[in-house]
Amino acid sequence: MTVTAAPTAIETPAAVVTPAKAGTGSKVMAWLILLAGIAYFLTPLIATGERAFRAIGGTFSFEAFRRVVSDPEFLRTFGESAINAVLTIFVSLLVIVPTAYWVTLRVPKLRSVIEFITLLPFVIPAVVLVFGLIRMYSRPPLAILSTYGSTRVMLICAYAALSFPYMYRSVDNGLRAINVRTLTEAAQSLGAKWPTIIRRVIFPNLRVALLSGALLTFAIVIGELTIALYMGQHTFGPYMSNLVRNFVAEPAALTVLSFAMTWAAMGIISFLARRQPSSKPKKAV
Amino acid sequence: MTSISEVGGNRPPPRTWNWVGIVPFLLFSTAFLLGPAAILLVRSFQANEGGWTLLNYRQLTDPQVLEAYGLSVRISLVTAIVGGVFGFLMAWAVIYGGLPRPFRSLLTTFSGVASNFAGVPLAAAFIFTLGRIGLITALFGFFGVELYQSGFSLYNFWGLSVVYMFFQFPLMVLTITPALEGLKKEWKEASENLGASSWQYWRHVALPVLLPSILGTIILLFGNAFGAHATAYALTGGTLRLATILIGAQISGDVLQNQGLGYAVAMGMVVIMGISIGIYTILQRRAERWLG
Repeated sequence: MTVTAAPTAIETPAAVVTPAKAGTGSKVMAWLILLAGIAYFLTPLIATGERAFRAIGGTFSFEAFRRVVSDPEFLRTFGESAINAVLTIFVSLLVIVPTAYWVTLRVPKLRSVIEFITLLPFVIPAVVLVFGLIRMYSRPPLAILSTYGSTRVMLICAYAALSFPYMYRSVDNGLRAINVRTLTEAAQSLGAKWPTIIRRVIFPNLRVALLSGALLTFAIVIGELTIALYMGQHTFGPYMSNLVRNFVAEPAALTVLSFAMTWAAMGIISFLARRQPSSKPKKAV
Repeated sequence: MTSISEVGGNRPPPRTWNWVGIVPFLLFSTAFLLGPAAILLVRSFQANEGGWTLLNYRQLTDPQVLEAYGLSVRISLVTAIVGGVFGFLMAWAVIYGGLPRPFRSLLTTFSGVASNFAGVPLAAAFIFTLGRIGLITALFGFFGVELYQSGFSLYNFWGLSVVYMFFQFPLMVLTITPALEGLKKEWKEASENLGASSWQYWRHVALPVLLPSILGTIILLFGNAFGAHATAYALTGGTLRLATILIGAQISGDVLQNQGLGYAVAMGMVVIMGISIGIYTILQRRAERWLG
């Protein structure tokens, strides 16, 4: 974030002598690299779009989408995954927000410990995590994975743990941007109790940070395959995975939908991030 | 009202119960993150007949296991290096290449999407592109080149590498962009005043400063590919035996015919991931010395 300090130095005379413009040679190279990147990025999307919109009947149509949407399995698995995603976000927020707040306010010394634990999902791959969960919770003392419903609870908790790196980072960044201590003291001096402080003071100030974390979590959970697969859950990821091997047009339509959802989530996040700085001065006043 | 003086006071009492506030977090992490990993760790040191042993780790030299690890390492190395170099060039192009400014935020947003676009949809998208009846395969066929007869396949090492690149190089773009933006204008001006060409500036000033970030991010990409499972599973249905695929197969049915070895394979994976994330963190900290 200290990066913003650099551009102010351009006003020196030296900058006038040598304007930091790229030469023609490097400009041509930059264009070539960009075009290569765009070609690589877009080709799979075009190919998928072509399949989704034209595979049935050979002419442009929404037939593949219509078939997908009218498949009851699609509605059921997608609905289940969407509910899982919302519950995951809820559990993750419930664990992370009070913890991050408490660490910032009361035990800053433990920050590195918490940070380390939240980063563990990067060290323990999903397939290893589900392996451990199954071995831990399928035998008598802790035989939680015995029914579909209890396994689903386990799945949601595992997803919440996987969302920790994103959620904690985004909440922690949000907390750093506001003056937690002052806000808390101000609320306390007005007689507010802890639940009120978290709900009416901290949460509203973290709205953007929480929304970014939540959207990212949603994008990851909605089509997750590995954990759901080995826990035998009939969610959207395994459903798509089966379809890919057996059909042509329908999975293309699903891929277009997934891509659109990820795009929407990321678009909103970057939109919020860009709006954030302009709203900050207002808070400072 | 006592709580106000408590918070407002500069010196908190020496012995506090403040740590209790993070207990729920610790319990949750233990139940769903640390616990499962610990179970695998303990079991990896247990013999199938009971008692403690190191045999499971010695059996990691089993050809099936070595092959899976080897394939994972190769695919992670190739996609990390190629993705890293290309991602760096891409970030350089939009920041310093004199391209129109809108490309910059466009690339960042697109990279955010693409780096999270792993799993089933990604595999599907490439099946429609380079699979047996894919668009590009058909295009090559139109010009008389039969890709699948000339040795190419989407479902082997090189095919999967092409697919992994789709989330690898956007991650490079996202991680390296702040470092590139951290290069100070004064360094470029100083080297130009001393008569350095643009190439000399990059070769002797910018790249050495960026080197820890670049290396660190490439190692991060390595870990990113090494732990990936869903994309490969959706693409090949488990026929391409990566380490993650092997672990998956071990979960559903003891394919190694040795439970203990399965745990050792999983722990080996965690160790490799831990080392790569560790090196990444160290290099990132080093990079902050100049670019922070």
